[in-house]
Amino acid sequence: MKTFSHGGVYPPEMKHLSKDVALEKIAMPKTLILPVLQHIGSPAKSIVSVGDLVKKGQVLAEASGYVSVPVHAPTSGEVSAIVQRAIVSGKVCDHIVIEADGQEEWLDGILEKREWQSLDGEEIKEIIKNCGVVGLGGAAFPTHVKLSPPEDKPIDVLILNGVECEPYMTCDYRVMIDRTKAVAIGLRIMMKALGVEKAIIGVEANKPDAFEKMRDAVWSDSGITAEMLKVKYPQGAEKQLIEALLGREVSPGKLPFDVGVVVQNVGTALAVYEAVCEGKPLIERAVTVTGEGVEKPANLVVPIGTSVADLLLRQGVDRKTKKLVMGGPMMGIALPSADIPVVKGTSGILAFNKTVLHRPGPCIRCGKCIEVCPLHGMAAEMVAAIEAGQVEKYEHLHVLDCVECGTCTFACPSHRSLVHYIKRAKAEYMAWKSEQSKKK
Amino acid sequence: MSEQLFDGKLVVGPAPHVATKDSIQRIMWSVIIALVPALIVAAIYFGYYALMVVAVSMISAVLCEAAIQRFRGVPVTVSDGSAALTGLLLAFTLPPNVPLYLPVIGSVFAIAIAKQAFGGLGFNIWNPALAGRAFLLAAYSGQIVMTKWPILSNYLFGNITVDAVTKATPCAILKEAPLTIFSHYSLMDLFIGRIPGSIGETSALALIAGGIFLIVKGYVNWRLPLSYIATVMIFTVFLPVSDGAGGTIFLWKDVVLQGGWLDLVRISTAEAFSGGLMLGAFFMATDMVTSPLTGKGQTIFGVGCGILVALIRLYGGYPEGVCYSILIMNTAVWVIDRLTVPRFFGVKGHVSKDA
Repeated sequence: MKTFSHGGVYPPEMKHLSKDVALEKIAMPKTLILPVLQHIGSPAKSIVSVGDLVKKGQVLAEASGYVSVPVHAPTSGEVSAIVQRAIVSGKVCDHIVIEADGQEEWLDGILEKREWQSLDGEEIKEIIKNCGVVGLGGAAFPTHVKLSPPEDKPIDVLILNGVECEPYMTCDYRVMIDRTKAVAIGLRIMMKALGVEKAIIGVEANKPDAFEKMRDAVWSDSGITAEMLKVKYPQGAEKQLIEALLGREVSPGKLPFDVGVVVQNVGTALAVYEAVCEGKPLIERAVTVTGEGVEKPANLVVPIGTSVADLLLRQGVDRKTKKLVMGGPMMGIALPSADIPVVKGTSGILAFNKTVLHRPGPCIRCGKCIEVCPLHGMAAEMVAAIEAGQVEKYEHLHVLDCVECGTCTFACPSHRSLVHYIKRAKAEYMAWKSEQSKKK
Repeated sequence: MSEQLFDGKLVVGPAPHVATKDSIQRIMWSVIIALVPALIVAAIYFGYYALMVVAVSMISAVLCEAAIQRFRGVPVTVSDGSAALTGLLLAFTLPPNVPLYLPVIGSVFAIAIAKQAFGGLGFNIWNPALAGRAFLLAAYSGQIVMTKWPILSNYLFGNITVDAVTKATPCAILKEAPLTIFSHYSLMDLFIGRIPGSIGETSALALIAGGIFLIVKGYVNWRLPLSYIATVMIFTVFLPVSDGAGGTIFLWKDVVLQGGWLDLVRISTAEAFSGGLMLGAFFMATDMVTSPLTGKGQTIFGVGCGILVALIRLYGGYPEGVCYSILIMNTAVWVIDRLTVPRFFGVKGHVSKDA
């Protein structure tokens, strides 16, 4: 079985908590909070005002450039407020608050059934952009941009990422099981948009049923193959998945485009299918609500803007919950409160009723971080330089090329927050670099 | 709203939110456990006094570490087991009838000078236990490099009589007249540890068992002990050695020409099982703090240690060279680390693609 060649770790998978719970659509919450920045790129621009009545699927905020996508109303109702708040990354942007009217009234003419075969690549990308589709694997990069390689970089393979290597997370698995056909069509639509003949569906070996369903859904298509991968974190990281499936390495600072590949998540394929074939903008997504603190772990289809608290109340949550995480346990962000909305990039909500707070010790140079780094980075040396404030060494040590997968930190017996040091150091380096250029 | 959901406040911290079960404590205590077989062999062949040397050494190392950490105003971390391990390893390098004040002095040197003076765990350049032994070797060489070795008691917790028997150690014989080694000791004696030597170094069997345990646990990279031992085995039989009568011979030439390939292997194996090589290769050279970071670097480190051991054993002023070989290579770790940086993912050769 294929896997990426260097490093990697095996955190407890914990997928059994939620994997057998089929996708279920939740009732529309009363209040939805929609940040205008839910993707990588420039924030969307709000085009509604307080008091406006909006229909389901109506554009609330429009794209503000090429690397930007609009935000749509997940239900019909009234814009009750527009407030400035910080999103989980810390960036501050407008949040549009909608009070649902309970009518679920779609905007006229938006639900248009289309035959995707009759559309050309540009039309497909236009629809995808207008529907606000972004990568649902977590990074939330606008999908139309990822489907538009520069002309000098020919693409020959589209990889559909069904790896879901984050422990606990099962929403991609459920999407593959419960929406197999839609995902397969979404994949074909993206292949058409890219103009590629070949696609590979990558699924880890801990999801054999999802692998089989996907394989059977594409067997008639000679250009598409499904590949089962050996379970290892972080296999779902783009660079690792490309190397595992094709043996091609994406150089530091380069993109999958540079090796002729585009990687899309299975959830994104579903969103593409719904956008292109049904005219449905991205107003809901699959979210795994799980963790030892959740009474009934589940995979839910959640309107964007639903608060984490609503989901936890629905599934039941332990009052002794100590930690809430948005995303998986390896790369997710710890939340300071449950009053935070689900956004397009939210794959899961984790509630832990136990947290072990480790006191970080000194580096004992065991080399584990280097052994497990999927990029062959010298994490121990990076952090030694960071602690010593040797900014000039960062570039040479590849501090800036770290993908922040957390593998080194997971493996560190001294429980040092290596990846946190590295994230901070990147910002520090940028500041130093601009200082340097000013001096010249 | 979320205030009503939970009893207490939420913990916020950087990802990842799951961690390995490994810890410094677990690693250090695992190494100590891995040394227990060798300790049992020491108790069987050297008697209870050897256990007392070990206990004194460990206790003084722990007390010294605690005292200095308190003096430095940093958290006292003796429960991590690293000081206890240093004390244990130091005792293992001492003769079984050493006066009890020597393990105290050695431990204090190891912890105070070789470890804490550099900043404590993780910052020391030299293996503390070996630095402690090197200090004792220089300051009390009469008690460390002994001409008389105790007779083996051959029964559990027996007494040792120091004056009764004078017997050369295998290392000394291998240095002076390697061809005669098997008229003094059988390979089986060497393997199970029925030989004179320092407390914890004699039983290859016990040390290999402990070493394999650590390799399986992932706390020791097999490359280092393997490259170290293999290098010693190769160099000690391919370099010219003493013929026992003032001349030199090439073992590989003379022994093999007499049709004794197997004899060459047996002498080479005797070299591996004698002296402190097994203890050094599995437990001293592999000290994480003072060895290279990558597997490649550890292989180079092992080969370097092996060459130094062969040179010291065959031509040096001491019969054994494990201690100095590791201390010298400890000093070279920064160079090895610099020369063995792995190729970063996607970087082709050494040429920057952006140029």
